[in-house]
Amino acid sequence: MHRIRKGLSGMSASLLAILAGLLAGFLILLISNPANALKGLGMVLMGGWNNGMKGVGQVLYYATPLIMTGLSVGFAFKTGMFNIGAAGQLMVGGFVSVYVGATWTFLPGAWHWVVALLLGMLAGSLWGMVVGLFKALLNVHEVITSIMLNYIGMYGINYLIKNSHLFDALKNQTVNVAPNAVIPKAGLDRVFYILKGAYHDASSVNAGILIAIGLALLVYVVLNKTTFGYELKACGHNRHASRYAGISENRAIITSMAIAGGLAGVAGALMYLAPPSGMHIHVAEVLAAQGFNGIAVALLGMSNPIGIIFTGLFIAHITVGGAYLQSLKYMKEIIEVIIGLIIYFSAFSLLVRDVIAAAGRRRARREQARGQEREAD
Amino acid sequence: MSDYIIEMLRITKDFPGIRANDDITLQLRRGEIHALLGENGAGKSTLMSILFGLYQADAGEIRKDGRPVGIADPNQANALGIGMVHQHFKLVHNFTVLENIVLGMESTRHGVLRMDEARQKAMALSTQYGLTINPDALIEDITVGMQQRVEILKMLYRENEILIFDEPTAVLTPQEVEELMRIMRKLAGEGKSILFITHKLNEIMAVADRCTVLRKGRYIGTVAVADTTTQDLAEMMVGRKVNFNIDKAPAQPGEVVLSVRDLSVAGHGNKKAVDGISFEVRTGEIVCIAGIDGNGQSELVYALTGLTPAQGQVALKGKPLQQLPVRRRNQAGLAHIPEDRHKHGLVLDYDLQQNLALKRYLSDQLQRHGFIRFDQVRRYAQQLIDQYDIRSGQGPDTLMRSMSGGNQQKAIVAREIDLGPELLIAVQPTRGLDVGAMIYIHEQLVKVRDEGKAVLLISLELDEVFQLADRILVIYEGRLVAQLAGDQVSQQELGLYMSGSKRQEVDHA
Repeated sequence: MHRIRKGLSGMSASLLAILAGLLAGFLILLISNPANALKGLGMVLMGGWNNGMKGVGQVLYYATPLIMTGLSVGFAFKTGMFNIGAAGQLMVGGFVSVYVGATWTFLPGAWHWVVALLLGMLAGSLWGMVVGLFKALLNVHEVITSIMLNYIGMYGINYLIKNSHLFDALKNQTVNVAPNAVIPKAGLDRVFYILKGAYHDASSVNAGILIAIGLALLVYVVLNKTTFGYELKACGHNRHASRYAGISENRAIITSMAIAGGLAGVAGALMYLAPPSGMHIHVAEVLAAQGFNGIAVALLGMSNPIGIIFTGLFIAHITVGGAYLQSLKYMKEIIEVIIGLIIYFSAFSLLVRDVIAAAGRRRARREQARGQEREAD
Repeated sequence: MSDYIIEMLRITKDFPGIRANDDITLQLRRGEIHALLGENGAGKSTLMSILFGLYQADAGEIRKDGRPVGIADPNQANALGIGMVHQHFKLVHNFTVLENIVLGMESTRHGVLRMDEARQKAMALSTQYGLTINPDALIEDITVGMQQRVEILKMLYRENEILIFDEPTAVLTPQEVEELMRIMRKLAGEGKSILFITHKLNEIMAVADRCTVLRKGRYIGTVAVADTTTQDLAEMMVGRKVNFNIDKAPAQPGEVVLSVRDLSVAGHGNKKAVDGISFEVRTGEIVCIAGIDGNGQSELVYALTGLTPAQGQVALKGKPLQQLPVRRRNQAGLAHIPEDRHKHGLVLDYDLQQNLALKRYLSDQLQRHGFIRFDQVRRYAQQLIDQYDIRSGQGPDTLMRSMSGGNQQKAIVAREIDLGPELLIAVQPTRGLDVGAMIYIHEQLVKVRDEGKAVLLISLELDEVFQLADRILVIYEGRLVAQLAGDQVSQQELGLYMSGSKRQEVDHA
């Protein structure tokens, strides 16, 4: 009962935060094109439904890496670590998956994508573990190391791609992975499609969303049902008490960052183990946005793995919805501003909420005091 | 002009779920020392916070010189001449004494500090009230007693008329306490009015003119100290007859449980926090390490429990511990009631049952294949809650943070004693607890001893030392300076050892 009530109050806070974010987005819609603002907001809210079942499928597809990076940030956060390095872990994981997917063609059938996925996870995990090692052994703050590792990761894989057979110079991106290495559709393309005449226009959704939801459930179980999760959370809440109880704080930091990195690595694998029409790693000096949006997903989901499934879906939902705004003559750049605003306004209004609540208490106290003075006069 | 300089009349203050102050009246006469007595949770701090403008009363009024006043924040309290020496001093450690005194009240001309004027005023006050200070010393270099003087001078510098002392003797040696008493009498003699918050009865008897007693948020009464006894005051405070002396049979020390040889812990700079300490604790005895706060007690305990690295040998029942991590030491039979229950003792964001399982969650009883057996955790917690009378709103599900200090401490004591340790290290186990909880915990420690276990008690409270110790080791600047039998030493003598004015060669055998 107690737990459920706590969950509900957290959920209502998240919903209020989302409302605040939508209001902020609406403001920009009004400023840039007042005539279509209301219609535009409706379109954003409709999300994938603007384009029927295919649109919904697209939402699931975009939600997949967001859920994974959200889990990554949220898991680290439960252990008291702020993992701002999900972007780098995602790219490193994605690169290793693409490498395996494109070259290890000796792997039979489904083994190919499974191995590519697992090695991507492992690579992300190692990348995250470096952050944990620095923190545990040298007491270097995780935000510093993870930001630096983001760039080291990005430039490192750019270098590796450009200087290997993985480079498709024509498109300035990675080559296609082998058909066996593509994440299978698991029948989802037969659910999420629209008909264009006789043509099945299927969405890009694949088994990745099922893997993401499965991993979210697994993370939930690990955090809440096992002695391991009990230790990690104890470290996050109070590392002094954890040390006192005999929990090795260093081990907790290293393992939790390794797990967080692994989750982000899976995000990269699920993104880039895609068919020729899908995503490829571009050789550009840009960090994967999904890594940073993961922070917003985790904040909005209050680091609860189940909550993160929903907030990941929500953010994908409005992102897909935003894409249709172009039909209302909104510029692509403005759309990105609007969607970014909604996402971050939502996430940060959760943080601001506490500040406002505290200010409210202070004001109430002052007013009360003034009232008393008047009575006294 | 009214007889009373400050009056708090029929003050009521509610917090969610609890009435902290219920119709409380406190009247302070000009030039008197007025003690405010009550157990923890009696509402003393709330009442003082209302007077100091930190909280607003829900009902009742405050009068200054007979006129009603509103106090919305500490600045207004200050303007009304109310000053407070907090239990934990509010001093800037790398500022000088003088800079601390004038901080926030600097005299300036064209934005330039005029420290010479400030110095004159501060030194004049210092002579007037007999508060000798060195104005140019840094706070971090002077003793706690001196720091307290600086706090008092801060109030005088602000020309405060009403001085509140919040548990001022907690950090002082017996000698420093006497000095403080002298200063308080002097201040009152010069016309200042003093509110003295305490739960130490003998101090009230020594210095106060009148005493107001609170119990569980209620006003019990105000008595003239000359017409009362400590027994009466204790009864008013607790609400029943109190027997301070626990029945304790003479110790029957047996074999050595803990043996410490040449233990040293690095401190700040070149000075060692613990400097070559050796001692033993045997079964069936309570050994107490007495000393003034900050003389290496915490570091010694951290070294014994493995929280901090140290040089030297530590053995439990002959098994060397010094290389082992914390968990292995716990498994070897070491339990630890830590000094700071919020920092080390508890995970405040976990609920009661999770905290009670903090040292046991790896046992087969509470987990299987790495999965926590929540039903067993709950059953185990309920058993401890019943056995140790831990009170909380929602039983095992109560969030630790929401529990009272006394019950938080009881939870730690229950958890540690239930480990069935060979050695129980108890560091200030009753700090901040009311008399009832204190006596209970003392009884538990004696019980552990009588079951043939060893108890190492670290305490700053002399009363507690004399209550419990079979043997007293005095620590001063990281060294053991005396070993005394618990019943063959006076408070005064112990005080001399604690302040380093006297020492004996401690037999390192």
